[in-house]
Amino acid sequence: MIPELGQFALILALLLAAAQSVFSFTGAARHNEIWMTAGVSSARGQFFFTGMAFLCLGYAFYANDFSVLYVASNSNSALPLQYRLAAIWGGHEGSMLLWTTTLALWTVAVTVFSRHLPAVFRARLLGTMGLISIGFLAFILFSSNPFDRLIPAAMDGRDLNPLLQDPGMVFHPPVLYMGYVGFSVAFGFAIAALLGGELSPEWARWTRTWTTVAWMFLTVGIAFGSKWAYYELGWGGWWFWDAVENASFMPWLVGTALIHSLAVTEKRDAFKLWTVLLAIFAFSLSLLGTFLVRSGVLTSVHAFATDPKRGLFILAFLALVIGGALTLFALRAPRVGLGGRFGMVSRESFLLTNNVIMVAAAGAVMLGTLYPLFLDALGMGKISVGPPYFDTVFVPLMMPAIFLMGLAIFARWKNTELPALAIRLKWAFAVSVVTALILPLVMGKWTPLISLGLLMALWILTTAVVSLRERLLKRQGSWLTALINLPRAYQGMIVAHLGVAAFITGVTMVKGYEVEQDLRMSPGDTAQVGSYQFRFDSIHDEPGPNYTAARAHFSVTRNGNPVTVLEPEKRMYTVQTMPMTEAAIEPGLVNDLYVSLGEPVSNQAWAVRIYIKPFVQWIWAGCLMMAAGGFLALLDPRYRRRNKDQQEGEKA
Amino acid sequence: MKGSMKFLLPLAIFLILVGFFAAGLKLDPREVPSPLINKPAPAFRLPQLGAADKTFSPEDMRGQVWLLNVWASWCSACREEHPLLMEMSRQNAVPLIGLDYKDTDADANGVLTQAGNPYKLVATDADGRVGIDYGVYGVPETYVIDKAGVIRYKQIGPITEEALRDKIMPLVKGLQ
Repeated sequence: MIPELGQFALILALLLAAAQSVFSFTGAARHNEIWMTAGVSSARGQFFFTGMAFLCLGYAFYANDFSVLYVASNSNSALPLQYRLAAIWGGHEGSMLLWTTTLALWTVAVTVFSRHLPAVFRARLLGTMGLISIGFLAFILFSSNPFDRLIPAAMDGRDLNPLLQDPGMVFHPPVLYMGYVGFSVAFGFAIAALLGGELSPEWARWTRTWTTVAWMFLTVGIAFGSKWAYYELGWGGWWFWDAVENASFMPWLVGTALIHSLAVTEKRDAFKLWTVLLAIFAFSLSLLGTFLVRSGVLTSVHAFATDPKRGLFILAFLALVIGGALTLFALRAPRVGLGGRFGMVSRESFLLTNNVIMVAAAGAVMLGTLYPLFLDALGMGKISVGPPYFDTVFVPLMMPAIFLMGLAIFARWKNTELPALAIRLKWAFAVSVVTALILPLVMGKWTPLISLGLLMALWILTTAVVSLRERLLKRQGSWLTALINLPRAYQGMIVAHLGVAAFITGVTMVKGYEVEQDLRMSPGDTAQVGSYQFRFDSIHDEPGPNYTAARAHFSVTRNGNPVTVLEPEKRMYTVQTMPMTEAAIEPGLVNDLYVSLGEPVSNQAWAVRIYIKPFVQWIWAGCLMMAAGGFLALLDPRYRRRNKDQQEGEKA
Repeated sequence: MKGSMKFLLPLAIFLILVGFFAAGLKLDPREVPSPLINKPAPAFRLPQLGAADKTFSPEDMRGQVWLLNVWASWCSACREEHPLLMEMSRQNAVPLIGLDYKDTDADANGVLTQAGNPYKLVATDADGRVGIDYGVYGVPETYVIDKAGVIRYKQIGPITEEALRDKIMPLVKGLQ
């Protein structure tokens, strides 16, 4: 009964999404308030019914309803509750339902938080988002229905893939989708602006808030995924340039460019077309990612069972949405105009250059991801593109971007004197170069890459310090209050940029100084790894809810002082008879200690892998700092104050 | 005219992309014909993983039907087929030789100790020279080589259960 209710709710949601688009666009065309209000109500109704379908599927998992095919394929009665609920998005059908539910959530947020927008503009925005909802709801109903029945019902389910039975599965997909799908709002803003033929600095300010929120979610979502891979896959890597990882990274790069480009459009009324194009690209890349994952045109560890019919549907939808947006762009762009002019050396030019680099980086990632497909389609053979390509292309692209990042926070709008800039930054530059050259020698191993990585991180750090110092020297009162009283937008920028520095530090240190040892150890053995001693004390069997585990006990000491106890596990999941390695990790600011169990080699001895990963936590801490920077920037009073002014203006 | 043409550029590029995707949907990224089918397996002699003093050559397997599985620790798709390889090695149906492609011994050993070692032995092709002779362009790849040292089948991408059941095992049984 409940699954049928969910199915029915989905059908209603599809009808309401259609109503949302029709009412909104017609209302906007006729300037008819009543139609436009009907569009808003339909959008809220669409959210209500999509959410209801989502809850119905959740209930089917909660109640172990194995007469639903999707539940029987992705769950099991022995599966703990939190993973039964996370299993909602453990397969293709449920992931798509999560996608469209997230879109409905963003849509309803737009109806609530956009009262200050001109009515016609808001109607076009909701109309555009409605079209996207139609596409996804139809896709679910016609080719990926999660409510399909299995008759007769299964006795028990086939269980969730053991790799996915992890807290990461509870958080990573929803947060990532919030980011991915959130770019649909920026996309809607771009389409509404193109339809109206007008792009004002206000437009940029409205768009900026929504884009920043989506970008924050995407940043955190990607970081979650990376961390999950690090501890779950059992060999300590944190990024694999897998096609699906790239699918989330490309919108991130373009979204980052978009945030910066919006800043210029807001402050200087410049880069207008470029900003609109980026807003279209960011969401297009989200859709592209969905297509790549769902259609099976590329091979990936993330790929679900694929079906050509689904691929064709998404491709047609992709062509309509992106093709339509780009056609509109081609028609309307000449009317929008380029906006304010600026000098060769100015904050605008630095930001534009950085923007172009970010987009080029996204392009390079896309080329690497799609290259196997291109060659295959041209009949030129099959290849796979791996980390060697991406590392080679990506690092050199990022170097000038990081250098400009340091400069751009000092450059003034419109025009900046280059010599003056050089004088202000000479110390930052000298300190960065000298430290980057010497520090690796102190740590006992020097390579050009380590030095280069440290140079980039230090350059961001020192320029941020110089910038803060210049600002704080002008202030009265204590340093702390002056620091707190700095504009939120500026604080946000500094925190986000320092996040990039932390991230680069983490990557550089892990690549440069990690210690890995593969050992054969029996209980009682001690291994010296780096400056730590790892003693394999014992191993015993430990039953779990839907698996049995062998749990080892390692005590770690350093110069005889106890450091920690690590308990890695080797699990055998009973339903899918799949062995899984649960690494034991002691995270730290400077070092992660990482132990994972391989196979038993004899009746006593085990293959053991021990790592010391310096600064690896900085990678994710850096991502969180970037997101925190976005959050601080959102707190800037100018977003709220001006919105309020406008509301009052409308009332008066 | 020239001015407004440039605004069509993003659309044009996108349409080309869509063309490729449409073509891509009809293709199976895992299926590739190899010019090496029914040709003798290229000769090589490479050190063995975990025993650098020993070497391996296809010549050593003359008179047996065997599988050559090209893999690497950096290859995510290899992990997909790994459980099947483990299953095959447990059943002892056919000797499985690994070719560790463009990899370091430490990383390769790490993966094998982590996930289990299905191979009879692993030859290390650190610089990828042998990979070139075999026309390796996607990892993993698996070659079925007969008693006379002739390549009879090539699987591109991870071995799937269907491929193993419907193609590889019947072929191996026939050749044996």
